[in-house]
Amino acid sequence: MKAFWAVVLRDIKLATRIGGDALTVVLFYIMVGAIMPFAIGPDKVLLMKLGPAIIWISALLSLLLALDRLFRTDHEDGSLIAMRQAHLPLEMIVLAKLIAHWLTNAAPLIIATPLLAILLNLDASQTIKVIFTLLIGTPALVCFGAIGAAVTVTIKRGGLIAPILILPLSIPTLIFGVSALSTGAIETASSSALLFLAGFTLLALVFTPFATALALKMGAE
Amino acid sequence: MSKNASIEPTPQDLGFFSRIAHPGYFLQWSKYWLTPLTIITVVLLAFGTYLAFFNSPADYQQGDTVRIMYVHVPNAWLSQFCYAVMVVASVGSLVWRHPLADVSAKAAAPLGATFTAVALATGALWGAPTWGTFWEWDGRMTSTLVMLFIYLGIIALWRTFEDQARAGRIIAVITLVGAINIPIIKFSVEWWNTLHQPASVFRPDGPTMPMSILLPLFVMFFGFSFLFLLLHFISMRAEILRRRVRALERRNAQRLREQQS
Repeated sequence: MKAFWAVVLRDIKLATRIGGDALTVVLFYIMVGAIMPFAIGPDKVLLMKLGPAIIWISALLSLLLALDRLFRTDHEDGSLIAMRQAHLPLEMIVLAKLIAHWLTNAAPLIIATPLLAILLNLDASQTIKVIFTLLIGTPALVCFGAIGAAVTVTIKRGGLIAPILILPLSIPTLIFGVSALSTGAIETASSSALLFLAGFTLLALVFTPFATALALKMGAE
Repeated sequence: MSKNASIEPTPQDLGFFSRIAHPGYFLQWSKYWLTPLTIITVVLLAFGTYLAFFNSPADYQQGDTVRIMYVHVPNAWLSQFCYAVMVVASVGSLVWRHPLADVSAKAAAPLGATFTAVALATGALWGAPTWGTFWEWDGRMTSTLVMLFIYLGIIALWRTFEDQARAGRIIAVITLVGAINIPIIKFSVEWWNTLHQPASVFRPDGPTMPMSILLPLFVMFFGFSFLFLLLHFISMRAEILRRRVRALERRNAQRLREQQS
């Protein structure tokens, strides 16, 4: 377990030091969300209606942008080879890296959400709900991102191919994440969507380390 | 140098399954299958087309447009069957590291994408006169579209790798991940919105269609399935030969370099 937390700490340190770019994701997230009203128009009622969807799409795009560096630098400087030969199984190392990646990319994004919510004219209860669904849903997005990153890590110009593989897989998370926010008459549907979202995230958390580690091993041979 | 210029083991000292799956031996025995398969496919498709146009009733509501079904349904079935073939092949790539499994998975992907695209296109053409729209964000149509995206992503991934043996194993992983996800995507999309009619051929209380529609449908269904089998064989053979050409080219380039130095 000591080695596990050491990997988590190492990745957090690497992301927050000079040369790491953890906060650019947040900037991108806010910008994507803030650029939507320019296309939609400054209609406050419409923005309030579309707000949760805009926030979810922005989060999805930001996390897709961030996934490339999950394994890329480790592959380039050879740390991945060392990790494959460590006593700690590769699956556990992947899980540790996932936790660190979520903490440095998804968590800042969730913390910045109230700012985006003000720009999109969401009220307090809706903002809290969006934050809640993002908290539950983003781990699944990070998990799928990890599989895509592992599959494309050996490709030199793999920048666009991973998002293409990941986007179809993220559709259920997006559906349940936004459905859980639907207010009004279908209150029961939104709570069951929330349960599905949670179930989906848990399932992804269980399977992803194995699939990712397998892809990394297959790519290294 | 042997006739096939391959570095694979000879087929004689292998068991039955290893022997038919040996790439060189596969090229030999599959050669004799191509003609019969072509004949069966052509006969079935021609007979099915005849039945569909001249020997099946027009729908009392939809008129002649209902005949699109005889192309649409087999293609929709094959769009999922191709993925199942890829999943089985991927297990073969990962567990036995078999080169023919890689070849089979690679050959099935463009076929699956094509069948899916045809299913979507015929569905749109069928939807225009009957539902009044080319596209509807209905559960089954949307999940078929997502299926097409998955196929295209996998094809794009095949094209980015230079080392095809490594590509085979890595893509096998993402194919299996997709296999776990496709039912979830289907379920979630259907939960999201549904309009499509429920399944009406395979049901516990028997089919709800009359025999005059079912017969052409089944003939076309088998016709298209044999078409898939035939095309899969042809593109597997082409892929094996392509790999051999590449290996020979590489060996040639190496020899030229040795001569120069």
